[in-house]
Amino acid sequence: MALTLQHLFRKNITTQYPEKRLQPSRRIRGQQFVWRVDLCTGCATCAKSCPHGIIQITTSKNGENRYIVDKIEFDTGRCMFCGLCVEACPFNALYMGRSYEQARYSHRLLWADKEILMAPQDEVSAYGHPELEERLPKQTLLVYGQFSQEMVATEND
Amino acid sequence: MDLDTKPLVVNFGPHHPSTHGVFRMRVILDGEVVVDLEPIFGYLHRGIEKLAEGRTYTQNIPFTDRMEYRVSMVNNFAYVLAVEKLAGIEVTERVEYLRVMFAELMRISSHLTAVGFLMQEMGAMGTPLLYMYREREKLLDLTDMVCGQRLTHNYMRIGGLSHDIPPEFLPAAKRFVREMPGFIDEYDQLLKDNEIVLARTKGVGILPVDMAINNSCSGPMLRASGVPWDIRKADPYSVYDRFDFDIPIGTVGDVYDRYRVRIEEMRQSVRILEQVLDQIPPGEVCAKAPNLLRPPKGEAYAHIEAGTGELGYYLVSDGSIAPYRFRVRSPELLNLAVLREISIGWKVGDLVVILGSIDINLGEVDR
Repeated sequence: MALTLQHLFRKNITTQYPEKRLQPSRRIRGQQFVWRVDLCTGCATCAKSCPHGIIQITTSKNGENRYIVDKIEFDTGRCMFCGLCVEACPFNALYMGRSYEQARYSHRLLWADKEILMAPQDEVSAYGHPELEERLPKQTLLVYGQFSQEMVATEND
Repeated sequence: MDLDTKPLVVNFGPHHPSTHGVFRMRVILDGEVVVDLEPIFGYLHRGIEKLAEGRTYTQNIPFTDRMEYRVSMVNNFAYVLAVEKLAGIEVTERVEYLRVMFAELMRISSHLTAVGFLMQEMGAMGTPLLYMYREREKLLDLTDMVCGQRLTHNYMRIGGLSHDIPPEFLPAAKRFVREMPGFIDEYDQLLKDNEIVLARTKGVGILPVDMAINNSCSGPMLRASGVPWDIRKADPYSVYDRFDFDIPIGTVGDVYDRYRVRIEEMRQSVRILEQVLDQIPPGEVCAKAPNLLRPPKGEAYAHIEAGTGELGYYLVSDGSIAPYRFRVRSPELLNLAVLREISIGWKVGDLVVILGSIDINLGEVDR
C-alpha cells in the first residue's frame, strides 16, 4: 500500500506528444536518407551492402575520369533502417535522417529519389558519423530526463 | 437423467492475446481439464535461415535482430561469435566487455518482460507489467543511445561493434545498475508472498528433471527444475570467466520456481554489471574485418546463454561471401516442446500460466 501511494505521487514520465516532443537519440536511424552529391563517387558500395537491395544507382562517365550519378533511389517502404549502407559508404556521402514522422498515404510516395535525397527537410543523424555528435541536441531519456553535468559527476564517483 | 459428456476440441490462438504472438494450441478438454494438447506454430515463419544463405555475413546481422525481437542484441552477439569463430577473428578487450554488458542488460530486459507477462496471465491486467516496463524503458533508452533504435538494434559487427558508447552512456548505465536492486526488492514486496500468485503458481506445471534434460530444455526452465546448467559457467564464452556470479536454481520445477529463478537471475545480472562497469578498458571498438568477409571452408557453432536459454548459431562456410548453411538453435522452440507433457491434467486457466512461464517469443520459435 505504501508502495502504491509512493508511485501515485511521483512525477509523470509521459509527455503530451504533438505539443511537446522529446529529443530523439543523436544516432537515431530516422527515415529521410541524406545524400551528398559532392562527395559521392557512384561506387555503389551502399547498394551492395543493402540486405534487401533497395538502393538503385546508375552512373555515367564524364570526360574527366569521374562518374556522374544519374539516378539514385531508395525504396524506403521496404527499408528496415539497419544503417549498413551508411556505415559502408567509404566517402561519407550518405547519412541517416532524424525525422520519425514520415507516414504516407501511398507506397509510391515512400520512394526517395535524387531530389528528395539531396534536399533534406530535416537535419542529419550522427549514425555512422561520430564527428556530428557534438552538434546535435542531447537525447531526452524517458525516465531520467536530460543528464546534466552534476548528475554525470555524481555517477562517476 | 444421465448426462452424456464428451471431450471438446478448442482452438486456443493463434490470435489469442496470451499466446505471445501467433501461437496456436489445439486443446482437447474434458470439462475444464486439459486432456491433450497439440502445439501448432509456424504462423510467423519468415524463412530467415534460407534468406540468410543468399546474403553476406554482415547483411545477416539485421536478420538476427528479428528473431528474439525483445532482446535483439543477444542474437547479434551469438551470431557474431559464430562468424568470428568461423573466420578466426580476434576482438579487443573493450569490445568483449561491452558485449557482456549489453548481454546482461538484455537478460534483465528479457526477464522483466517474462515476469511481467506471467503476472498479466494470472489476471493482474497491466499493473505489474507496467512496473516491469518502467525499468525496461530505461534499458530501451540505453540501447537507443548507442545504436539509435529501441528495438532491432543491429549493433554488433563481425570483429567489433558499430559504434563506441557515447559519453553519457556510462553514467546512465551506472545509475540503472545502482537503482535496479531496489526495484527488484519492490517486485518481491508486491509479488513474492502474494496469495494469488502463490495459489496460481505453486505446484502448477511441474517439469521433472529427467524430462527437462531429455527434451533439451535450457535456461530458466532447466534451472528451475534443479539443474545448475548455465553456458556462462559450463562453457564460458567472451570474458564471462572473469566475473563472479552464482547460478540460481529451483527445487520443484513448477511455475513459481521459474518465476523465482528469473528474479534471482536479475540480481546476478546486476552483480555482473557492477563488475563490468568498473572494468571496461579503453580501446578500439570498430571492426577491421572486411565488409565482404570470406571465411575459410568449414563449420562453427557458437552458443551463448540468452535470457531464455541456450541460443546457438551453427554456420557452414563454403568459402564464399554468404554462409552455405545458417542454423539457429532456438531455446524457446525446444522449451516449448515440453508444453504438452507439463500441461496435461491442468485446467485452461493454468494452461495460460504454464505457457507464460515458458517465456516464448514467436519471432524466435518460428524464425
